[in-house]
Amino acid sequence: MTEFVFYTLAAAAVLSALLCIVQKNPVPSALWLVSTMFALAGIYVLLNAQFIAAMQVLVYAGAVMVLFLFVIMLLNLGHASETDRKRGPVVLVAVLLAAGIAAALFAVRDTSVASLAARVGAPEVASSPLAALPGAGRVQSAEAFTNPIASIARPMFETYLVPFELTSVLLLAAAVGAVVLAKRKL
Amino acid sequence: MLLGPSLVLSAILFSIGVAGVMLRRNAIILFMCVELMLNAVNLSFVALSTAHGFTGQVMVFFVMTVAAAEAAVGLAIILAIFRHTKSVDLKTMNLLQG
Repeated sequence: MTEFVFYTLAAAAVLSALLCIVQKNPVPSALWLVSTMFALAGIYVLLNAQFIAAMQVLVYAGAVMVLFLFVIMLLNLGHASETDRKRGPVVLVAVLLAAGIAAALFAVRDTSVASLAARVGAPEVASSPLAALPGAGRVQSAEAFTNPIASIARPMFETYLVPFELTSVLLLAAAVGAVVLAKRKL
Repeated sequence: MLLGPSLVLSAILFSIGVAGVMLRRNAIILFMCVELMLNAVNLSFVALSTAHGFTGQVMVFFVMTVAAAEAAVGLAIILAIFRHTKSVDLKTMNLLQG
């Protein structure tokens, strides 16, 4: 059942992503990207990452895509332009490049999944996925499985506290930068 | 286990994003393709976190933060360019061309 849901969502994600890049008009393109993000949120739930799924819907499908649609509407870009889609040999080059990257990623996946399977096969790792974390001894694995938020919050606010605080500076810089760039006259 | 299929899906979505960046000239659609690639990477982080512990999900959080900042600044740049050229087509952005 889980696999059936996964493959349905995966097919929806790939189909929406393809439709996103071939649409002439930017508005349907953005809406197909929202559909991809919702499908990915469903896959995150299947992968036992409920917090990330909620963040995906709130931040990506909510905030970021609304920002995109807002700019499309503000600049009145809701119509197709003739020079937008490239034609000729560049199409072949793009498809070949994408296929090459996919092939390279498949090759990496095969090696990484093989080595991961060897690691997961080890009994202590299989019993606790947290064993790979630095400072994992302090976190009890039973809590990790009953409370997914706590199991993310612990590494975020213990091991990665400084990067977490630095993201606030990044967001402030981005907000100020966006205002400065978009303003006609300061 | 969904780890292998998730990584395959991630590779496919990333390649679609690359193809979109290659094939389009609309700056906004280009940005959306970049977001698609970031999403593909997020998917592989989450998939690998099922085997490696929750650090991967923390990384996804950071990627989302950086993506949101990038979208805000990038769209502001597009807005500024649109005021100059009255278009978001990459063909019209040739000020530095010799």
